[in-house]
Amino acid sequence: MTSLPQSTEKSLGLVIDLDTCVGCHACVISCKEWNTGAYGAPLADVDPYGAQPVGSFLNRVHTFEVKPAEGPAAVTHFPKSCLHCEDAPCVTVCPTGASYKRVEDGIVLVNESDCIGCGLCAWACPYGAREMDPVEKVMKKCTLCVDRIYNENIPEEDRVPSCVRTCPAGARHFGDLSDPDSGVFKLVEERGGFDLMPEQGTKPVNKYLPPRPKQEAAPEMDVLGPLLAESTEGAGGFFGWLDRTLEKL
Amino acid sequence: MHPAPSIILFTALSGLGFGLMVWLGLMPGDKGAWVAATFCILALALASIGLCSSLFHLGHPERAWKALSQWRSSWLSREGVIAIAALASFSLYGLLWVTSGTPNTLVGALSAALALATILCTAMIYTQMKTVPRWHSPLTPILFFAYALTGGALLAGKVTFSLWLLAALGGLQAFTWFKGDKAFAAAGHTMNTATGLNPDAKMRLLEAPHSGPNYLQKEMVFRIGRKHSQKLRIIAITLLAILPLALGLLFEVKHMLAGILVLSHIGGLLVSRWLFFAEAEHVVGLYYGQR
Ligand code: SF4
Ligand code: SF4
Repeated sequence: MTSLPQSTEKSLGLVIDLDTCVGCHACVISCKEWNTGAYGAPLADVDPYGAQPVGSFLNRVHTFEVKPAEGPAAVTHFPKSCLHCEDAPCVTVCPTGASYKRVEDGIVLVNESDCIGCGLCAWACPYGAREMDPVEKVMKKCTLCVDRIYNENIPEEDRVPSCVRTCPAGARHFGDLSDPDSGVFKLVEERGGFDLMPEQGTKPVNKYLPPRPKQEAAPEMDVLGPLLAESTEGAGGFFGWLDRTLEKL
Repeated sequence: MHPAPSIILFTALSGLGFGLMVWLGLMPGDKGAWVAATFCILALALASIGLCSSLFHLGHPERAWKALSQWRSSWLSREGVIAIAALASFSLYGLLWVTSGTPNTLVGALSAALALATILCTAMIYTQMKTVPRWHSPLTPILFFAYALTGGALLAGKVTFSLWLLAALGGLQAFTWFKGDKAFAAAGHTMNTATGLNPDAKMRLLEAPHSGPNYLQKEMVFRIGRKHSQKLRIIAITLLAILPLALGLLFEVKHMLAGILVLSHIGGLLVSRWLFFAEAEHVVGLYYGQR
């Protein structure tokens, strides 16, 4: 059924720290690696070593230059995957019921054996979170690593989404965003986490933390200046002796 | 949005077919069995060819039947269900008409209503897309109705009706283009709202996430040919409304000329449908520094 649930028991999702992300794309690669061997059809590539490679990814990192009206410009790396929206438009447009939002944890999934590959859900998503697999011709999207987070066959520390486990900068956090006691909830409160394109009314579960404001460029400081200065005032020790000796000549 | 030929054909042909059903269902006129059969088969053929061509757009056409299940929430599903009902009801209507010699008013009205509902569903698939501000407007279903009824009237040979409708359609299409050009800016989506970063900052994409194009860009950030959109608009509106209207007003519409009128209108319809997709900008383009 592609009607959205009235409410979900949990709202599992990601909190992505734009202040910390270094744009290394490690999450992109680990996501591709995990999801190629796990849930559903493998994430295919076409012509991977050729001139025009294309492939499906569930996570992509964009890099923006942000130039404020005043102050220095900044570079922001911007990872983007499915935001597991509360009012997910991708779910309600689906004609087959393949797209659905889970009541137990709020994860938005595609049942690939029902998907007819019409592409309508990808049109409905404002964030570009859904990509048609070029080989399987079914819709692929972030599963929040549903096959890791509940997986009792892997060590406990690995039971988080692959991107979160991999991020070397610790810029990605996973948890229940509906639980006020959860780490992610507090992080969002503290740092002023925000929604992407709130005007679309999708109510995304995933939140983004803003980059901390860049410091005003420090006042120009001359590091070598004092050493290169022609004055010898206050020189002591060897240099003082040399100074005095040379002075006498 | 990518103007896929299968989708252009689907919306154009099925619109014509269901439009013709509306006229035949409500105003069958005095027709002999053979003429009635020809008209009915034309309507059914156009609608079914249109629907079939939409299947070519699917990754898994063999599972298309599953698309009939979600009519409670999905416009695409509703379209499938109602289109089948309309085809069934109109087939019955045609059969009764041809065999008994007189059209059944009740079945005709039902077929017309179902045909209208199908046109509405098709239009709503696009109208519901908040992500494409140009489509997300009440003008979209109005325009789809106008196209279907005008094309249907032309095919049904309702000369007076079709001349009025051609004039109205031309004006409506021009107005829709005019409004549509402002829709994206009016919806207020910018790179800043897309990323949630400093609303006053000037932003640009410094590095794309990947070096080649991906599915999203191919499907939703179609920019080829927008350069010529003004010229194409003039061609479209001339073919679909101005030329048939002028010919219809100047000359008496008889067989040959009626054919030219219809062909010109269909040519214009296809160009304008191409533009409907090619000019539609999806908000995801903002993440790629494109529209
Ligand atoms: S981010 Fe896109 S794909 Fe994910 S739930 Fe929201 S609308 Fe659907
Ligand atoms: S592509 Fe698949 S999941 Fe998406 S709307 Fe179509 S059938 Fe549903």
